[in-house]
Amino acid sequence: MIDFSVNGEHVNVDADPSTPLLWVIRDHLGLTGTKYGCGMAQCGACTVHINGEAVRSCVAPVSRASGKAVTTIEGLSSDLSQPLQRAWIEEDVPQCGYCQSGQLMSAAVLLREKPQPTDDDIDQAMTGNICRCGTYPRIRRAIHRAAGMVAKGGAR
Amino acid sequence: MNTRHISPDPITSSSVGSERLRAELKRRDFLKFSLAASGGLLIGFYFPGIGSQASAQESVSSFMPNAFVRIGTDERVTVIVNHSEMGQGVYTSLPMLLAEELDADWSKVGFESAPVDPKYNHPAFGMQVTGGSSSVWSGLEQFRQAGAAARAMLVAAAATRWSVDAASCRTESGAVFDSSNRKLSYGQLVADAAKLTPPAHVQLKDPKTFKLIGKPVKRLDTSVKLNGQAVFGLDVKLPGMMTAVVARPPIFGATVKSFDDSKARTMPGVRKIAQVPSGVAVIADTFWQAKVARDALRVEWDEGAMRGFSTTQMMQDFRERAKSPGVSVRKEGDAPAALAKAAKKIEAVYEAPYLSHLMMEPLNCVVDLRQDSCEVWTGSQFQTIDRANAAKIAGLPAENVQLHTTFLGGGFGRRANPQSDFVVEAVYVAKAIGAPSKVKVVWTREDDMQGGWYRPAFLHSIEGGIDGAGNLVSWRSRSVGQSIMTGTPFAALMKGKAYDPASVEGIDDLPYSIPNIAVESHQVDIKVPVQWLRSVGHSHTAFAVESFIDELAALAQKDPYQFRRDLLLKQPRYLGVLDLAAQKSGWGKPLPKGMGRGIAVHFAFGSYLAHVAEVSVTDGKIKVHRMVCAVDCGQYVNPGIIAAQIEGGAIFGASAALFQELTFEDGRLQQTNFHTFPVMRMNECPEIETYIVESNEKSGGIGEPGVPCAAPAIANALFAATGKRVRRMPFRLTEAV
Repeated sequence: MIDFSVNGEHVNVDADPSTPLLWVIRDHLGLTGTKYGCGMAQCGACTVHINGEAVRSCVAPVSRASGKAVTTIEGLSSDLSQPLQRAWIEEDVPQCGYCQSGQLMSAAVLLREKPQPTDDDIDQAMTGNICRCGTYPRIRRAIHRAAGMVAKGGAR
Repeated sequence: MNTRHISPDPITSSSVGSERLRAELKRRDFLKFSLAASGGLLIGFYFPGIGSQASAQESVSSFMPNAFVRIGTDERVTVIVNHSEMGQGVYTSLPMLLAEELDADWSKVGFESAPVDPKYNHPAFGMQVTGGSSSVWSGLEQFRQAGAAARAMLVAAAATRWSVDAASCRTESGAVFDSSNRKLSYGQLVADAAKLTPPAHVQLKDPKTFKLIGKPVKRLDTSVKLNGQAVFGLDVKLPGMMTAVVARPPIFGATVKSFDDSKARTMPGVRKIAQVPSGVAVIADTFWQAKVARDALRVEWDEGAMRGFSTTQMMQDFRERAKSPGVSVRKEGDAPAALAKAAKKIEAVYEAPYLSHLMMEPLNCVVDLRQDSCEVWTGSQFQTIDRANAAKIAGLPAENVQLHTTFLGGGFGRRANPQSDFVVEAVYVAKAIGAPSKVKVVWTREDDMQGGWYRPAFLHSIEGGIDGAGNLVSWRSRSVGQSIMTGTPFAALMKGKAYDPASVEGIDDLPYSIPNIAVESHQVDIKVPVQWLRSVGHSHTAFAVESFIDELAALAQKDPYQFRRDLLLKQPRYLGVLDLAAQKSGWGKPLPKGMGRGIAVHFAFGSYLAHVAEVSVTDGKIKVHRMVCAVDCGQYVNPGIIAAQIEGGAIFGASAALFQELTFEDGRLQQTNFHTFPVMRMNECPEIETYIVESNEKSGGIGEPGVPCAAPAIANALFAATGKRVRRMPFRLTEAV
């Protein structure tokens, strides 16, 4: 049994410790907002936070989460009040939407570490997240917009 | 010319209320996501615009005047959409059409995916399908009529209630008003309106009075894509459902000779291992258990005729084939004679490889098979065909099979498979378990990339000549590649022609004024499964045509924009986008040293596009800095969505131009995942500007036309920057001439 927390709730999972965290989140915990895209940390669709760090959950064994705090897209803010989610709505970012959970989770770490990111910072932080629909220009604008909201104190 | 600039700051529309209505799922109360961490989540109604999961109940007295709209006593207007949402925005643009005529309160408008039923057939294609960049133009009348009919009935109900003449009433934002400004909301009129007969004829609005159509209204499906609530095929979960992963042949056409599952069947969670027509299915409790056990299978294959197949050899064969005349597609004047007499001539061969659609969501399909019925959940672009094929394999009449269309994590044509490969396989797996059974078949990324149905590889060999004054006098092109339609139910679309229109679209309708034209086609028979990929034939023909026109301009020592202009004087819509892109890009203005600008123009799916790309090369690496796109898609519905599709199309096209190639050696595909078949990433993405031509012409498509111009615009910019031509996708400067 592996103990950790997901979005603030304690969970106790009976899974092989080598099982990727992604599949424990999806198949054992039923949280399907975190997506499978490649299985080899190439596309970023599966990005979650472990103790606040962005992790590609498709290659992280669930044992890595043991005793730690995991945050998934469902825990980012269910009422869409997070500045990134608001900015994503304002910029009409998603197309098919499949990669956007991972994009948001990567962007959340970027903004925490660099509240006013430059375009280079965005390149650095977001280049691991593929979007096949091509929403990159809007993601870039939305990150800048969210940074502006935080700077104005308009967000938690 | 009137143009609309889509600024980086889209105009804010009215507040967005969106609902994800999954009525069929809702009715089946066993369908619950087990949410260990945060309690149960019922798939069904949700209204993300106004909070999290709303436990909305479908009103018993809802009003459904036709197949496309349902109005509740709670004021909610649900538009039932007969096209699949795969990112192109149909869950917003089609509801806009209906809401416009209904005078609905947009904040109360939601969407629902249509079940499979002939009343949801594509008006032009005669079956339920999403493809050909046709959803909006084909739905224009359908959805406006449906909204206008509903409005007329609500007005009639109100007029009766007030005992006034219906003609004296007006509607606005979800309510009917009489001449003295008495008001009844649509929700209040639901019960009365439901008793009325739909009108035979309705008057549609004068476009001048449109409140929604033509505005950059924000998408209705954004919220659910930001908090994990959107249900894609991969997210569907039924109680007691198992997950299957299939070992498929390493070579197309190979079959299972024998397999050893002695290790796999003892692995945790494995329930069954069974041979199915597509390979060997490993069925387990969870995906990971199935995947690990699948990888532990030892399968021996009869490799079949494709053993030894090599794309290097194939392209060599294509080059040889192009030396002889093909089937004539278009012939005007005498191209060879004119070429012989030309003052200057040039010949070039352009090549495009096999491509994978590479949707972010790999293929998957859920099947609930019972003795006398079957339900299927998947991200389908081909509902009618998929249901029919599922029914055939299940041995059931089609009406006993329900197909539920989930959100599609990208489609790009792959989920419109003529054989319903990923649906049929899942039904076979369910049958192997035995009814009743519930199973989800999941393709890994590698399975998806190696599973075939690619954009076919193509070669275009073109010769052209100019006279002493620099006028283009002769064009002869020969296209070599596989047909998409031959051997499929779509062969009928070839209408007896000896060539596949999808092989030559974009080259057969050459718009330039050239007195002597010969367009020829060679169809090759190769057993690599191929199908439509976003922009289909245009994805390679535009590269060849617009690169060659650029080469001819250089031969004539003319500016490539002016050279095109001179040849398009009789083509006002081509000229319109060409001029607009040139003007907005600052064509002719100097660029920093080492940079170059390239231009391309193309017509596809009823729309005209021109791109100008700005490119530099540093240490042998190509960098695209900026793309300026002009689009004339006729009358349009949502310019915000159009801009998004043009941006995405440019990136899709640039990815193919710069990075993507599928190759075979000894019959085996060499690419497996994103590291060997790359997609453009954030740090490689150019700035993209989109300009829309104001037009009263018939509406054209928008999902695909943004793709074709990207590759030639970049290739032509590379020539401007370096003086060298790239003639093969993906571009390699080491191959430039």
